[in-house]
Amino acid sequence: MVQQTRSGTDTLLDARGLTKRFGDILANDNVDLVINKGEIHALLGENGAGKSTLVKMFYGSLQPDGGEILWQGKRVDIGNPAAARELGIGMVFQHFSLFEALNVVENIALALPNPGRMSDLAERIESVSRDYGLPLNPSDIVADLPVGIRQRIEIVRCLLQEPQLIIMDEPTSVLTPQEADQLFLTLQRLASEGCAVLYISHRLEEVKRICHHATILRHGKVVSECNPAKETPATLASMMVGADVASVSAGARTPQIGETRLALSNLTARAATPFATALNGISLDLRAGEVVSIAGVAGNGQGELFDAISGEMPVAPQMIRIDGKPCGSKSITWRRRQLAAFVPEERLGHGAVPGLKLSQNIVLTRHATGDGLTSGGFVSTARANGMEKHIKKEFDVRMSHDDPEARSLSGGNLQKFVVGRELDRQPGVLVVNQPTWGVDAGAAALIRQALIDLARSGSAVLVISQDLDEIFEISDRIAVISRGYLSEAEPAEDMNRERVGLLMAGGAEAQGEVA
Amino acid sequence: MRLELVKRKERSRTMALLSPLIAIALTALAAAIIFAVSGHNPLVGLYKFFIEPLTQQWSLQATIAKATPLVLIGCGLAVCYLSNNWNIGAEGQFIVGALFGSALPVMFPEFQSTATLPLMLVFGALGGALWALLPAVLKNWFNTNEILTSLMLVYVASLILDYLVRGPWRDPGGYNFPESRLFSDAAIIPNVFGGTMSLATPITIVIALVLAVVLARTLKGFEIRVMGESPRAGSFAGFSAKRLTLFSFALAGGLAGLAGTMEVSGGLNQLLPTISPGYGFTAIIVAFLGRLNPIGIIVAGFVLALSYIGGEAVQSAMGVSNKIASVIQGLLLFFVLACDTLILYRIRLASHQAPSGETAHV
Repeated sequence: MVQQTRSGTDTLLDARGLTKRFGDILANDNVDLVINKGEIHALLGENGAGKSTLVKMFYGSLQPDGGEILWQGKRVDIGNPAAARELGIGMVFQHFSLFEALNVVENIALALPNPGRMSDLAERIESVSRDYGLPLNPSDIVADLPVGIRQRIEIVRCLLQEPQLIIMDEPTSVLTPQEADQLFLTLQRLASEGCAVLYISHRLEEVKRICHHATILRHGKVVSECNPAKETPATLASMMVGADVASVSAGARTPQIGETRLALSNLTARAATPFATALNGISLDLRAGEVVSIAGVAGNGQGELFDAISGEMPVAPQMIRIDGKPCGSKSITWRRRQLAAFVPEERLGHGAVPGLKLSQNIVLTRHATGDGLTSGGFVSTARANGMEKHIKKEFDVRMSHDDPEARSLSGGNLQKFVVGRELDRQPGVLVVNQPTWGVDAGAAALIRQALIDLARSGSAVLVISQDLDEIFEISDRIAVISRGYLSEAEPAEDMNRERVGLLMAGGAEAQGEVA
Repeated sequence: MRLELVKRKERSRTMALLSPLIAIALTALAAAIIFAVSGHNPLVGLYKFFIEPLTQQWSLQATIAKATPLVLIGCGLAVCYLSNNWNIGAEGQFIVGALFGSALPVMFPEFQSTATLPLMLVFGALGGALWALLPAVLKNWFNTNEILTSLMLVYVASLILDYLVRGPWRDPGGYNFPESRLFSDAAIIPNVFGGTMSLATPITIVIALVLAVVLARTLKGFEIRVMGESPRAGSFAGFSAKRLTLFSFALAGGLAGLAGTMEVSGGLNQLLPTISPGYGFTAIIVAFLGRLNPIGIIVAGFVLALSYIGGEAVQSAMGVSNKIASVIQGLLLFFVLACDTLILYRIRLASHQAPSGETAHV
C-alpha cells in the first residue's frame, strides 16, 4: 500500500480517517483522501466498495461516524447539501433530477437558492454554457432533449454556483463516445481553471485518459492510490478487484456460423406511451454460433426491442421467427419452449421478484420449460432448491445465507444468478439486455465468457448493451440502434468506436430509413 | 435521541408473526383508554369485551357463527390483495350472492328436494362472482380504479336488496313487513355436531385449507404472489395480469356470495333489508390481520367475530354504545398496517445530530 502524503498548500479537501457504518456493514473504514486544486481525481472501486457513501459525506447527505473533513485547511461539518454548496462543493448525479415538463431555465431556477429574474438567469445560463462548450438553449423543454443535453443542464446548474469541487457519479454511462469526448474537454477546461473534479466511473479507459490521480476503494478501505496514466485498464481493474481479472477469450474468432436461429424481419411497433420509442422496420438475422451486439445510447428503443423479442409486447407473427417458426404474436412461455431465453435489463422487478427467494425466482422463468419444476399444477420445492444450489455453484453467486430473497443480493451477484438461470437451460437463442450493467469487473468477465461459450456451442446470442468495451470484447457482429432504427449488423473487425458513435448519433436512423 | 426506521435486507419472519400480536395488544390498550375516558373501569371493560364471550358456550357458538362468513370472505379477499387487486366490495358481493341464493326458495317455494340447498349454494357463489366481475372487467377494459367501482357497487347491491324485499319478493303473508317469505326446511342449511354448529363452518374451514394449499404449493399460488409483488416480473414469467384480475375477483366474489347464501339460509331463513352487519368490510381487516394467509385468516376471523359479541356484551353490561365494536375494529386495522412496517424496517434509536433518510447503500 502506497500512502504518500499529498496534502500541501494546493489542498482543497483533506479527508482524514472517515468512517461510516450501516448496521453491521462498515461502508467506509478509516478512509483518507486528498483532493488538490485543479485535479481530476478518480474514485474507483467495485459495486459496494463504498464510493457512493464517501461522496455523500462530502456532499453533506450523509454524516461520518468518525474522522474529519478539512476544507482548505479548516475543519468543517457538512450538515446537508446546502452547506456543501455553500462551501463550493457541487455534485452531478448519475440519475438526473429534472422536471420534464419545464424548460431549461425553470429547472435550473428551482435548484438555485437565489435564482433572481428569469431573463437574467437565462442570459447567465447561455454565457456560462457557451464558455464551457456545453451550449444550451434556456427555453428548450426538457422532455424534448436527449440525455446528453440533460446532463449538460445538470452540469451547468452546478457551474452557476461557481464550485471549487465538482463530484460526478458515472457521468459518461449515458453518453455517446462523441458526447463523452465533449464532456472530457469541459472537465479539462475546469481543471485548468483550478476547479477540482472527483470522478466516479467504471470505465477504466476513460479514467486512464483524463484523470490525474486515482484512489481505489475495496470493501470500504483505501487499498491504493496511483497515477492512472501510468497504469493499464487491466492493472486498474486488478487493484479494484484485488486479484487479476480473467480476460475474456473469444475462442475461435471466426465461429462456425450455422443456420439462422432468430430472425427479425421489418419489426415495427408503435410507441405504447408518450415516453416509449417506436420500433421502425428492424431486421436482423441471428445465426447459430455467433454473438451479435446492439449498441446504442439508453432510451433509443432497446427496451421495446427486448419486449418484442421476448413476447411481452406482441407484434405481427411474421416479424419474429425462432428457428424458422413465426412467433411475433406468441407468448413468452411459447418462445421459451422453443428454447429461447431472455435476460432483461432490470434485475429486480423484471428479471426477478425482490421478495421471493432465489429458488422461487427460478420457477419464475422455468416453470413451463420441462425442467420438472411443476407437476399437476404443483410446484416442486425440492427441485427448485436443487436447481438453486446448482446455479449458485456454477455461476459463483455469493450470498450471506442459503436461499435468500432476491433483494438482499448485491447487483453483481443477482446478475450472475439471473444470467445463470437462463444459461443453465442451454438455450438455443439467448437475448440479453445490458448483461453487465453495474456489475463489478470479476463478475462481468465471468458473464461475458459464459455468453461467448454458449454461442460457440451452437446457440445464437443477442446482446443489447451500452458498454462499447463490452461490445468490442465479445461480439462477432455489431449493429447500432438509434431512435428505434437499427443499422445493419456488420462484422466486429470492420467496426470501430468512431463508426459506432456516428451510428449512435443518428447514422443508424438514416441507414434504417434508406433500407 | 429519536426513533429511526432502518430498512432490513430481507423481510423478517419473526415480525410477520409478531406484528398482528403487537397490533392486538395495542388495540387492547387503546380500548382500555376509551373505556377509562368514558368513565368505566378499563379492566372490567376489557374483560367483558375480549374474555367473557369465550367463557360461555352460547357466546362461543355465536362467535363461531359470526366468524364463519368473515373467514370465507377474508380468504377470497386475501387472493385479491395478494395479487394486487383491491376488491373493497365484498359486502356487495355478499348481498348479491344472498339474493341469487334466495331466488330459488323465494320464487319457487314448492321446489323442495335434496337438490334445493346445493343449487342455492351454487347460485349464491355464481351471483357473488358475477357482481365481482363487474369491477374486474371495468378495470381490464377501461383502466378504472377497482377500489372505487367495487365500493360503489356495494351501495347498488344494497339498494337492489332493499327494493326486492319491499317490492316483488315481499312475503305475501307478511303483513307488509319488508321481508321475504321464510325458507322451507329444504332450503335451510343444517346444523352439525349435535346441533351446535352450522354446516357452514366446516365447509368454510375446508375451503380455507384448500386455499392454503393452493397458495403455498401450486403454480397458481405462485402466479398470485408474483403478480402481487411485481407485475412486470409476472408478465416476464408468462402470466397474464388481466386474466388474474378476472380470476381473483371471481374467486373472492364467489366466496362472498357463498357466505351470503349460507348466512340467509342459516341464521336468518329469509331476506331482510339488512342481512349483514358489515361482514364484507370487516373481512378486509380479517384478511390483513390473518397475514393474507388462509390459516391465519381462520384465527383472525375468530378475533374479529369476538369484537361483535364483545360490543354487544359491553353495551348490555356497562351501557357503552355498541359502536365501540366498529371503533375497535378500525383501530385494529390501523395498528396491523402500522406494525407491518416492522416486517421490512427495524427501529433504531438515533443520536440527535443524525439526519433523516439514512439507509445502508450496499
